[in-house]
Amino acid sequence: MTAVDVTGPSVALGGPRHRGVRRAKDVAATCFMVLSVLVVLVPLGLVVGYVISRGIGILDWAFLTDDIPITDRTIGPGMGPAVVGTVTITGAATLMAVPLGVLGGVYLNEYGGRSRPARVVRFLADVMTGVPSIVMGLFIFTIWVLAFGFSGFAGALALGCLMLPVVIRTAEEMLRLVPAELREASYALGSRKARTIFRVVLPAAAPGITSGALLAVARAAGETAPLLFTILLVSKPNFDLFHGPNTALSVQIFKNATSALPGPQQRAWGAAFTLIAIAFLFTLAARLVANRFAGRHAA
Amino acid sequence: MTAIDRPSVRMPELAITPAKVAPVAAGVEPEPDRARELVFEIRDLEVRYDGMAAVTDVSLDIAAAEITAIIGPSGCGKTTLLRCLNRMNDLVPSAVISGKVMFHGQDLYAPKVDPAEVRRRIGMVFQKPNPFPKTIFDNVAYGPKINRYRGDMGELVERALTRAALWDEVKHKLKKSALALSGGQQQRLCIARALAVEPDVVLMDEPCSALDPIATARIEDLMVELKRDYTIVIVTHNMQQAARVSDMTAFLTTDVSEDGRREGRLVEYDRTETIFTHPADPRTEGYITGRFG
Amino acid sequence: MALDTAPAPVAPPPPLGGGSHPPGARADTVFRWLSLAGGGLVLVILALVVYSTTRQAWPALRKEGLDFVLSDDWDVVKGQFGALAFIFGTLVISVIALLLALPVSIGIALFITEVAPRRLQRPVVYVIDLLAVIPSVVFGLWGILVLAPAILGFYQNVADAVSGVPVLGNVLNGTPVVGRSFMTAGIILAIMITPIITSITREVFATVPRSQKEAALALGATRWEMIRGAVFPHSRSGMVAGAMIGFGRAMGETIAVALVIGSIPTTKLQLFGSGDSMAAVIANNFGDASGTFRSALIGLGVVLFGMTLVIGTVAQALVGRAERRLGAVAR
Repeated sequence: MTAVDVTGPSVALGGPRHRGVRRAKDVAATCFMVLSVLVVLVPLGLVVGYVISRGIGILDWAFLTDDIPITDRTIGPGMGPAVVGTVTITGAATLMAVPLGVLGGVYLNEYGGRSRPARVVRFLADVMTGVPSIVMGLFIFTIWVLAFGFSGFAGALALGCLMLPVVIRTAEEMLRLVPAELREASYALGSRKARTIFRVVLPAAAPGITSGALLAVARAAGETAPLLFTILLVSKPNFDLFHGPNTALSVQIFKNATSALPGPQQRAWGAAFTLIAIAFLFTLAARLVANRFAGRHAA
Repeated sequence: MTAIDRPSVRMPELAITPAKVAPVAAGVEPEPDRARELVFEIRDLEVRYDGMAAVTDVSLDIAAAEITAIIGPSGCGKTTLLRCLNRMNDLVPSAVISGKVMFHGQDLYAPKVDPAEVRRRIGMVFQKPNPFPKTIFDNVAYGPKINRYRGDMGELVERALTRAALWDEVKHKLKKSALALSGGQQQRLCIARALAVEPDVVLMDEPCSALDPIATARIEDLMVELKRDYTIVIVTHNMQQAARVSDMTAFLTTDVSEDGRREGRLVEYDRTETIFTHPADPRTEGYITGRFG
Repeated sequence: MALDTAPAPVAPPPPLGGGSHPPGARADTVFRWLSLAGGGLVLVILALVVYSTTRQAWPALRKEGLDFVLSDDWDVVKGQFGALAFIFGTLVISVIALLLALPVSIGIALFITEVAPRRLQRPVVYVIDLLAVIPSVVFGLWGILVLAPAILGFYQNVADAVSGVPVLGNVLNGTPVVGRSFMTAGIILAIMITPIITSITREVFATVPRSQKEAALALGATRWEMIRGAVFPHSRSGMVAGAMIGFGRAMGETIAVALVIGSIPTTKLQLFGSGDSMAAVIANNFGDASGTFRSALIGLGVVLFGMTLVIGTVAQALVGRAERRLGAVAR
């Protein structure tokens, strides 16, 4: 029996009569791992399955465009204003968070590097990704809604604050992957830093950043808590983000989920179907963009 | 060999008059003892990273329309020295450069000198080909675009690619990605990209070390063609290459300083034939004959 | 004889200084400041969050003092705001969620990195990502309309089975409102935090140096022994960090919990009984709240923020330490 190397991994080795026990443990462990995967597939399947089966009945064009019925007793479509709200509010949040987030990522990787301020910003951005969404909603309530009232824009601010740190870290990581030789080639041609970043580094990192941004949008579209405190709830579509309360698919589902009546419940399932479809589509798009990225840098 | 024309449209801020020049007309060999126009005058150059000297006590002159090779064992500071010539060492925060580097009589490191301007006039080709992930056309056009070139970009790109001996191979696929080219083609593309901004000097840092022998031979031929119109300084670890293409050779080696640290030093600098046939310094001879390094 | 090869009319060589304004330098500076602003925004927002929420919560916090977190006397009508029940509830469901999710997440992460054949790795990761992107409100909807009613029978069976048993009998007990209970919330939360814990532990497992794993296998270790000997020791702080991050997420989760926890504040540890959590009570009551009540709810948000901040910071520090150590080894 050879001596075990003390600097290597610690492995307990027994004699031949232990071999059966060791093998059994190994099989059990493998079973546990496979089981874990299956265990997690069950709720995924159940949730998606129920949403599809209960939501698909009501899903049609009228559902996506009709106004929300005023009384809960009404059965039937629609969720039009909520669709409008989700799209406009999430869109506005994206327009604010992505450019600022990319700039932040540029600062961290291209200018800040390992300096003290950069490390602080990086740390805080990571911490900020863990801030509960409800806290962001309360924050925007205290700082905006109290002064300017409920509006879609307030909701967009809250969602934007949630998206910002995610985009920053994603952008930084993607920029870090761009090889130093590309930057050197640009400098050697007489280009300055800003132009190098703009014309060489960002385009090279763009697919990865886009992929990350798409994922952030997918998450933001499903958020409910931040919107509860910022947009209130309406039944008619409000295209004006800056004036007056608004609604979104997520808050509508929340409101309808506590109703015992069939009408609102079914509308909730339909809205859930729509939300999941949006989220999955964006996730898929993010994967596709990321894969194209992997192909391009094969040189 | 066809004569390669200088373009008739120059880029802004690049018009310089060679002072006392004896340039070469096509097909004419220079007289051996013609007046050498000095492009670089380096005096007592020393580069320290984090307080430790990487290369020290370097003084030499580099002349126009010549190929100057810098050779030596690994770690002797060849690349560091080369990168001083276009201020690429500025990008390393811990680098401290002392001594003088004069370019056409102007101090490259004077306080008001703009590094970006320096790099437009002193171009660089790197060890590993590093084309941008853009089209072939956009790669070559990148430099001129920065300089706000207002002329016919297509013509300029064609000229640069022709000068880099790549035009015929890529003229039908200028809009294809540069990354699809072979290693040797990519390197020639990088040379074309550097030439497109009309530098006076082209620095090459081991340009063939990542390439196969055939691609290497093509680039060596290219270097000899280019030296008519540009000053070329190359770093190479391949002595035979230095012997083949260069006019002047500088040999650097690592010395152990008083406090036991390794630093690079210039040992000998002379015409290539001299270095390789009867070098003055025994260390040069030792390196040439393969006794070390 | 000097041939003039410069065709254009020439001036003396221009100075390399480029005058006082080298072209492009101004744009360079502007861009630099813009990037700095993007990064600094994080600091500004975080500071504002702390300041603004605390300020709005101050009336209630000042009134209650330390009782805000120590007393469970929460009576809106009387103006009493002791939030202990909500803190208790938050912790209970988060612990349940972590206990359920951690083993499964580690199992999945191990499967992906050690067991799965090449071709299976990507699809499994994709599937976990899909789970991660399902909105919380959809989980809540499914929980309240499907899971809660269905699991009621299961709770009854378990409660009956352990009814005599000393500790367990009391804990696994309770009369939930149509199945909405601590346990149900814990289960839903476990499903929701599994993806993030899996993702973090997977990354940590992937950085175990191959040489270590091969050394173990070369000594004749089974795969499980190799995992215990080479993967786990290397990944300890990473796994703890992952668990903490998952725990923090569970604490902050609002909507799904609000729908399935039952919304009856209590400090009794009856897992099958209804309860309430900080985030849930805020979400359910904010619409109608005003005055001190609203301040109290915002105050709850501040406390929640503080708790997740502490956990998040410690977790990040652990991740940072793990990364640095792994980085040093991997060179």
